[in-house]
Amino acid sequence: MLLSEVRFLIPEIALLVGALVIVLLDLFVRQKKVLVGVNLFVLIAAVGFSVLLWGKRPVSVFYDVLWVDQFAIFFKFLFLAAAGLVVLCSQDYVDKFERFQGEYYALVLLATVGMMLLAATADLIAIYIALELSSISLYVLATFLKDEKSTEAGLKYLLVGAVASAMLLYGMAITFGLTGTTRLTDIAQMVPSLVAGGLTQSPALLIGMVLLTAGFGFKIACFPFHMWVPDVYEGAPTPITAYLSVASKAAGFAIILRVFSTVFGFPDWLSGNWGMLFAVLSALTMSIGNVIALLQTNIKRLLGYSSIAQAGYLMVGLATVGVAAGMDKLGQSGLLFFLFSYTVTNMGAFATVIAISNKVNSDLIDDYAGMGKRAPVLALALTLCLVSLIGLPPTAGLIAKVYIFSAAVQHGLLWLVIVGVINSCISAYYYLKVVKVMWLGAPASSEQVPSSWALRTAVLICCLLVLVLGIVPGSFVRLAEIATHTLGF
Amino acid sequence: MTFSFLSAIVFLPVIGAVVIALLPGLNPRLLKFVALLFTVATFALSLTVFCQFDRSVGAIGQMQFEEKILWIPAIGAHYHLGIDGLSLPMVILMTFLGVLAVLVSWRIELRPREYFAWLLFLETSILGVFCSLDLILFFLFWELELVPMYFLISIWGSGRKEYSAIKYVIYTLLGSAFMLAGILAVYFSTGTFSIVELTGLHGVRGAIPLAAMFFLLLIGFAVKLPVFPLHTWLPDAHTDAPTAASVVLAGALLKMGGYGMIRVCVSIFPEVALQYAPLLVTLAVVNVLYGAGVTLRQKDLKRLIAYSSVSHMGYVLLGIFALNQVSLTGATLQMFSHGIVTGLLFAMVGLVYEKSHERNLDNLGGLARQMPVIAVVFTIAGLASLGLPGTSGFAAEFITFIGSFSSTVVEWIQIYTVLGVFGVVLTAGYILWMLQRVFYGPPQEKFDGVSDADIVDKVCIFSFVVAIMLVGLYPAILTNVIRMGVEPLVMLLGL
Repeated sequence: MLLSEVRFLIPEIALLVGALVIVLLDLFVRQKKVLVGVNLFVLIAAVGFSVLLWGKRPVSVFYDVLWVDQFAIFFKFLFLAAAGLVVLCSQDYVDKFERFQGEYYALVLLATVGMMLLAATADLIAIYIALELSSISLYVLATFLKDEKSTEAGLKYLLVGAVASAMLLYGMAITFGLTGTTRLTDIAQMVPSLVAGGLTQSPALLIGMVLLTAGFGFKIACFPFHMWVPDVYEGAPTPITAYLSVASKAAGFAIILRVFSTVFGFPDWLSGNWGMLFAVLSALTMSIGNVIALLQTNIKRLLGYSSIAQAGYLMVGLATVGVAAGMDKLGQSGLLFFLFSYTVTNMGAFATVIAISNKVNSDLIDDYAGMGKRAPVLALALTLCLVSLIGLPPTAGLIAKVYIFSAAVQHGLLWLVIVGVINSCISAYYYLKVVKVMWLGAPASSEQVPSSWALRTAVLICCLLVLVLGIVPGSFVRLAEIATHTLGF
Repeated sequence: MTFSFLSAIVFLPVIGAVVIALLPGLNPRLLKFVALLFTVATFALSLTVFCQFDRSVGAIGQMQFEEKILWIPAIGAHYHLGIDGLSLPMVILMTFLGVLAVLVSWRIELRPREYFAWLLFLETSILGVFCSLDLILFFLFWELELVPMYFLISIWGSGRKEYSAIKYVIYTLLGSAFMLAGILAVYFSTGTFSIVELTGLHGVRGAIPLAAMFFLLLIGFAVKLPVFPLHTWLPDAHTDAPTAASVVLAGALLKMGGYGMIRVCVSIFPEVALQYAPLLVTLAVVNVLYGAGVTLRQKDLKRLIAYSSVSHMGYVLLGIFALNQVSLTGATLQMFSHGIVTGLLFAMVGLVYEKSHERNLDNLGGLARQMPVIAVVFTIAGLASLGLPGTSGFAAEFITFIGSFSSTVVEWIQIYTVLGVFGVVLTAGYILWMLQRVFYGPPQEKFDGVSDADIVDKVCIFSFVVAIMLVGLYPAILTNVIRMGVEPLVMLLGL
């Protein structure tokens, strides 16, 4: 029985094999482009295997440790797409690494495996293992530049991450101690009787919930667990920053959605409680992210704070799921759609940042002056992505915001939506500041900005998706809806 | 209807923008002609629609040229276009101004490719607002206009252009932020985004009171119109924008506010509109008098015209919330009239500035000698602005005042109307004073070499004059159409 269940893991296994092959090949092959080819091939193969799993009925495999459902597969697609884009973007960046290019690509694949498993877990221990697999890969990747800032970034990420893992583990231990099981579905059955007398009657569970929130909150970088973001984003290699800002965040949201809607989805008042908690955190996260972003002069730090703000918008979806207490799926599918649109938008923005920063050798926004002349296509692409991050039409960002906010209004979170839309206005200021510098500033030189075909492909894919999601979002919305059918409650 | 007229009208300009942006072989001269070609084609299409528009009694309250396709199934948003008597004049106005905006920019030299692409992009977004019958689509087009406007002001503007551009964007975004919340609140109280189905909403128990939804939506429109005290972006944006952007901004963009108030606020919430009419009529009078008062104090020619817009938009607000057939007709006509009159005024200011490189009233004077054609046309525009009989301004303001004077929804509205009429007197003051200081008085030597309008300018400004005269002498050409949109509203209001 177990052996036959292995087929449900083929996408992950393909990536693992790919990672090993890349490390081995790296020893023999001088032409490192081959590694990129293998990497992309493995990712596309994994997408293919995932597509084959999509149409099947949801099953739980390996003694209920992993779910193979549409929700998990949706996130597989998301992580694979993000990893593919990161690999394409890395083309212009890996020359900065003196050695270990093979390890770099292999670690990207391993981190992806970790995230894919994380979105599929149905068991506390599996959650922890998957989380650590992705986190440890990312700690190493963050230090890959081996300069002062990159090392600091990696160390900071490691230390804060270790504390977060400890809190998570503590939360899991308490939950296990109360319920005697690590399976999410079994815990879910115990929870209503534990909280029958109200949460205050069961303070241990309350602490468990809070610790779990803290542990996951680090992953999605919500307030007050966002402190590590700007330094790590600034110091890490830019493609890895991009990867952190989209895939790692998405993985965090996937697991929060899975755990909270499965385990704490019933009774309704409990669900409403954590919904409200996320609503408050959401308002704080987006406000703090946006306000601090106003002051940034470094594009990577700016995008770092912007990603904190975006996490705030995403948490509107979490809050809705909680407050709705399983009444509808709009909040969940809105969250998934937002994650998808955020992924392509942010990846597109980072891809252009990689190309431009490579040329001007600086991450300062002021050095982007005149890019409209020096690199009109890249500047246009970055403008489009920033416009999408503001949430203006005709881009994915607007549809995603309308979608996620509409769900929130439906469940009485109008105040949160008003906070959200006012935040969008604030964000327009700093996003447009970058746009202004690019199109209005005087260029420092008239040199063109070169970019490889791989990076141009990545930018093109992102921009096309941003426009498609913004103009004809129908089929993607449908995808997100199907993905949430199998989830929780 | 086999041919999708409205889609063609809305998207033709943006296709032109893409052509201009992507065709590498085009030289700047050719670019202008491509831009002109696309705007003229759009205008021709809108005139075709104007001619084919069904004006029979049976068609009252019906949307015409409708197109409806399911767009985002999850939230039931449709791609739904359609026009009635309220939107048709606005569509004509925008397509007309689109052509003239290209002509006004004929001598642009800085980055012409991007310039014309953004200008055409802007036209699409405004036309989209006037044609949308789905609130999400409406909102999408409403926001779409920000991007081209931001670039037009910040790249091709003058003075504190970057400050003005960002101020414009933030103000509008803030307004539309509340609008989005309002739209979503409406949706979840009723389950539809369709403006047609929402018309005359009452007896609905939403998450929040109807009045709250009304005001959330109204804030978005009030920023755009603009209504005192949300107007402070306007003088900055106008003053620093390039001429064509000012023409479109004053001519069509402000009308999005007025149009939205009628189309969304009044037609969806007639009862709330009746209830709060006194407040809004008061604001309207403040707008008129405050706007006119501030205008009197302006030294900068462009800023003067900009502030006069604030005052004139007060008439629109007065007409809308006097809430009867005549006043609503007047308000719509005033929007059209103000569009062409102020459009022409901005075009003239642009010309004067281009020729004389001077916008400060203290330094101008005696220009009638050097530029007789510009002086005459500027005077005509000024007279139309102050409502001289025979011009569109007279027809529009007269109808608005008659309507609001005879309105029964607000007590003592006669007093408000009389105060509003006083605004016309102030208008006469600042317009005549301005004309005198720019064109009359002793000729100044420093302007001796200044040329008059050339042939492109003449085509452009005479087209404006023809339009002003046409609507002034035969307002029925528009009021016949406007009636088709206003009558169903009046029935909703139960007056």
